Amino acid sequence: MTDDKKVELNKVSDYPEMPVSLGSMLWNKTSSWRNFKPVIDGTKCIGCGICWKFCPEPAIFPTNPPTVDYDFCKGCGICISECPTKAISKVDETR
Amino acid sequence: MKQVMNGDFAASYGAMSALVKYVAAYPITPQTLVVEKLSELVADGEMDAVFSKVESEHSAMAACIGAEAAGIRTFTATSSQGLLLMCEVLHWAARGRLPIVLANVNRAVAPGWSIWADAQDSISQRDTGWMQVYAEDNQEVYDSIIMAYKIAESPDVLLPMMINLDAFFLSHTSEVVDLIDKKDIEKFLPPYEPKFKLNPSEPHAFNALTSPDHYFELTYKMHLAMEKAKKRITEVGVEFEKMFGRRYGLTESYRIEDADTVLVTFGTIAGTAKETVDLLRKEGKKVGNLKIRVFRPFPQEEVCEALKNAKKVIVVDRDYSYGFEGAFFTEVKSALYNKGVMKPLYGMMAGIGGRDVSTGTLKEIVAKAEGEDPKNPYFIGVKL
Repeated sequence: MTDDKKVELNKVSDYPEMPVSLGSMLWNKTSSWRNFKPVIDGTKCIGCGICWKFCPEPAIFPTNPPTVDYDFCKGCGICISECPTKAISKVDETR
Repeated sequence: MKQVMNGDFAASYGAMSALVKYVAAYPITPQTLVVEKLSELVADGEMDAVFSKVESEHSAMAACIGAEAAGIRTFTATSSQGLLLMCEVLHWAARGRLPIVLANVNRAVAPGWSIWADAQDSISQRDTGWMQVYAEDNQEVYDSIIMAYKIAESPDVLLPMMINLDAFFLSHTSEVVDLIDKKDIEKFLPPYEPKFKLNPSEPHAFNALTSPDHYFELTYKMHLAMEKAKKRITEVGVEFEKMFGRRYGLTESYRIEDADTVLVTFGTIAGTAKETVDLLRKEGKKVGNLKIRVFRPFPQEEVCEALKNAKKVIVVDRDYSYGFEGAFFTEVKSALYNKGVMKPLYGMMAGIGGRDVSTGTLKEIVAKAEGEDPKNPYFIGVKL
C-alpha cells in the first residue's frame, strides 16, 4: 500500500532539522511478523467501521468494504474477533 | 519596570515575558512558587497561555513535548526528584529537537531527604542533550529564560534549554528584578515558527523507528547544533546587552587578567567568589574568578582562554560524580587538556546538600590550594 519513493539520506546535510519523516516505515515493513492474514468478505460487511477503529497499527483503511494494508498488518486478529458479522476470516500464511 | 521578587517568581515572569503559550508543570519544593505564580498569571488573564495541571513531572515534560511539537512555545519548571523523574522525556525533547525551556531549581537528591541547594539533580541530567545555564542572581534567571527561547529556537540550534537556579539562595530570596516591556520583547524575540509541526493537513512521521543507518547521523547533528549554540549564546548575549544593558556570555571573568590563582565557580557561589576575590585582593593576593554560566554546550575555548595565565586553578563543585570527582572539575580539566594547557588544578567539592559556602569557606579553599600540590578530589568542610 505504501508508495516506494525512497528518502535519500546519504550525508548529514540531507537530514531534516528534526528527526521527522526519515522514511523508516517505507522500508521497515512488518508484514513478515504475520502467521495468518485477515481477509474481509465484502458481502458480509455492513460498513460499521469497527475493524478500522480497533486496528492497533492502524493497517485497515475505512473504505467500503474496508481494505487491509498487508505491508503493515501484523496479524494480531483483533479485527477478526471484533467484527460483528464475522465478515473477516483468518487465512494461514505459515511459511 | 523594577520589582522586588524571589528567584521562583523571576522564572515565572521570565516565561510570561517570553510570550510562552503553554505551561505544564507539577509543584515541588523549592520550585512550587514558580508554578503558583504561573497559574495565577494565567488565571488572572495577565499571561495569554494554557496552563495544564499534570500528575507528575514525567507527564509535565511529555505534555510540553506534545505542545512544542504542535508549534507552540512551552515552559515548565521542576527541581531535584522531579527532574529525575523527567529523565526519559528530557531525552525525547532533546533528540526530538524541540526548543522547550525548563527552569530547574537546583536541590539535593534524596536520600537523606533534602530540599537545600545542590546541583546534583541537573548534573545527573548532563547527557540528556539539554543546554544548561546556571544563574547567579534573580535578574539572571529572568533574563536567561527570555534569551533561552531566542537561542533554543534558532533554526541551526533547535535544542531545549534548562535554566538552573539555586534552591533558597535564589528561589526564596527577594531581589530587585527589572522586567522588560512587552513591546521591547517583541522586538527582541521573534515568534516561534518551526519548519515541522504536528498538523493534520501536512502529516509527518515524528521520532519514528530509526535504523543504525541513520541514528548516528542524528547524534552527529546534535553535536553540530551544540557547537552552533555556543556561537548563538554569545550573539544573543550581545544583542540582549545592546537592547537591555545587561551582559551575559558563556562565561564571566572577574579580575583574572593578572590573577595567579583563579577560582572557577557557578551559580550563587560565583557571587560569593567575586566578593572573596575582592577581600583577598585587599590582602595582596592575586586571585580572580571565572564563572561558568553555560555548562552545556561546554565553553572549552573561553575557559582555556580565561585560565591560560593562571598559575593555579581551583574548581568549586556543588555536585559530585560518585566514584570520581566534581563534574565541573572534570569538564574544566578535560577542556584544558584538549587545548594543551597544563597547570595545577584543584577539584574542591563544597556546599553539598545546601551547606553554606561563605567567603570564609572560599578563603579556606584558596589557602589550601596555595599550600599544597593537588590531592584531588577535596571534600571541603566534611567533619572527619
